[in-house]
Amino acid sequence: MAEKTAKHGGKGRIKLLWRDIKRNKACYGMIAPFMIFFILFTVVPVLMSLPMGFTDFDMARPPKFVGLSNFTTLFLSDKVFIRSIRVTIVFALLTGPVSYVLCFLLAWLINEMHPRLKTLFTLIFYAPSMANVYAVWKLIFSGDMNGYLNSFLIDFGFISAPVQWLTDGRYVLGVTIVVQLWISLGAGFLALRAGFQNIDRSMYEAGAIEGIRTRWQELIYIVIPSMGPQLMFAAVMQIVSSFTAGTVAQNLVGFPSTDYKAHTIMTHAFDYGWQRFEMGYASAICLILFVAMYLLSRLISKVLGKYTD
Amino acid sequence: MAQINTAKLRASNRQAGRKAGGSIAIFLLLLILGLFMVFPIYLTVIMSVKPVEELFVFPPKLYAVRPTLDNFRDMFRVLHQNRVPFSRYVFNSIFVTVAVTVLQCVFSSMAAFVLAKCKFPGSKLINGVIVVALLYQSSVIYIMQYIIMAKLHMIDTYMALILPAVASPMGLFLMRQSISQVPDSMIEAAKVDGAGLFRICWQIVIPNQKPALMTLMIFAFQGAWNIQTGSVVLKEEYKTLPTVVSQAASSGLARAGVAMAAAVFLLVPPIVFFMLAQRQVIETMAHSGIKD
Repeated sequence: MAEKTAKHGGKGRIKLLWRDIKRNKACYGMIAPFMIFFILFTVVPVLMSLPMGFTDFDMARPPKFVGLSNFTTLFLSDKVFIRSIRVTIVFALLTGPVSYVLCFLLAWLINEMHPRLKTLFTLIFYAPSMANVYAVWKLIFSGDMNGYLNSFLIDFGFISAPVQWLTDGRYVLGVTIVVQLWISLGAGFLALRAGFQNIDRSMYEAGAIEGIRTRWQELIYIVIPSMGPQLMFAAVMQIVSSFTAGTVAQNLVGFPSTDYKAHTIMTHAFDYGWQRFEMGYASAICLILFVAMYLLSRLISKVLGKYTD
Repeated sequence: MAQINTAKLRASNRQAGRKAGGSIAIFLLLLILGLFMVFPIYLTVIMSVKPVEELFVFPPKLYAVRPTLDNFRDMFRVLHQNRVPFSRYVFNSIFVTVAVTVLQCVFSSMAAFVLAKCKFPGSKLINGVIVVALLYQSSVIYIMQYIIMAKLHMIDTYMALILPAVASPMGLFLMRQSISQVPDSMIEAAKVDGAGLFRICWQIVIPNQKPALMTLMIFAFQGAWNIQTGSVVLKEEYKTLPTVVSQAASSGLARAGVAMAAAVFLLVPPIVFFMLAQRQVIETMAHSGIKD
């Protein structure tokens, strides 16, 4: 095909492409319903917002092109931004990989259970991502004696005075990480559960004949190699949720958090976008975060490609 | 114990070499972790049935001494003060949730099948754009969406709630990843038999993808159920339950208990739907296992 197009030159190539498109019209017909709404409500808004990072835009007046000045300000003079990069990296490193491994291990362990228990355990681990219960976490970590954690620790004599979990700069990031981990068995976890259900039973039987005995061997030689697509999906979801986290911190330890200890890049973007109405600056922040996440997802895709089919 | 073991043996030969001790250890591990996961939700339910005077006693109790439904009653009382009857909000939420779930599952399944299994001009680009769309998160997108909806005269209609949610890149990505595991030979065989792409998709591929499809349905339902009307719908007639319930929870009458009641109330439909969908997956799998 490629040789043919080269020989035919420009005009012939267009003709061939057109023939190719016409031959595949059933494909276009089937993606059309999705693509219409995807283009209208996702692609166009994304394309419209990408250039905003290079403008000065306060939502009242039309955006004004300012070149790279948002980016130079961010990296050269915005100390809070530099700090937020550090917080985001620490936060993502502590929640992302831990949660990813947990998603996979729990999905696997649940799969080893009796069918009835499977539904129950899947629900138990997934329920936190359905519930909107920041209020109760605030009660648990509440800084007075009424807080469940404080009351528990005082009862058992670990501490003598209540700890200000939500406002003490030493604890805010830790508390945020705990709650983030709690809600993080979400989309990736369920997708992996579905992936386990999808593995052909004959694979296990063939494995047993070839001498696979323990659960562990089964995991390494059968399960992981045949779960590549779901592992990739879970990785992308994990990247998104750990790098763009911000709502947990804002709901839990307030905004801004004490000494900006739980101030992530996304919180910084929220600060400029919705508090100061500097949308151009906020877009620049989101753009930097996007580039970082994109590069990371490519890297993970390469690594996973090596270990799975 | 012996009974369970024979049942297991019948279900699958590979369990034969396994020690029951392993299963029990796994069960205990899951149970302990599960208790940690459930605790905050349990606490939310308990707080929602605690009377006012029990909410802030020291030391805080892990159960309600005199459980009451006052918090729920207060929540509904506030909701009934609205100009629009409560049943209208229920209808709005059910309508939006059903529409989004059905459309999203149908659209995503078809598109995912084509993107996973067909090569055509543009397919590579679209596959790339899906991942980019997942990774690019910015609040500016919502402003742009609002502008587009305003241009299309969708503000203050059901369309503003439904249409932006029917094409989720996450749902498509999930289905595409799963369908990519379907062997090509299966599709080729169907083609040889003269089936068109549409029939191959709905009669061969999708019925084989029940676990992924049910997962997609759970995501779609949960996302749609939680749609808050925000600024795209300001008319009371089109508001959804989560919108008015969270308004009620933060209004004058509110106290901690009402907020908890609201959270519990909103959590029930997604959990029921989840149970139904998961049962489906596991039952079909169990049947296909016995058939072997």
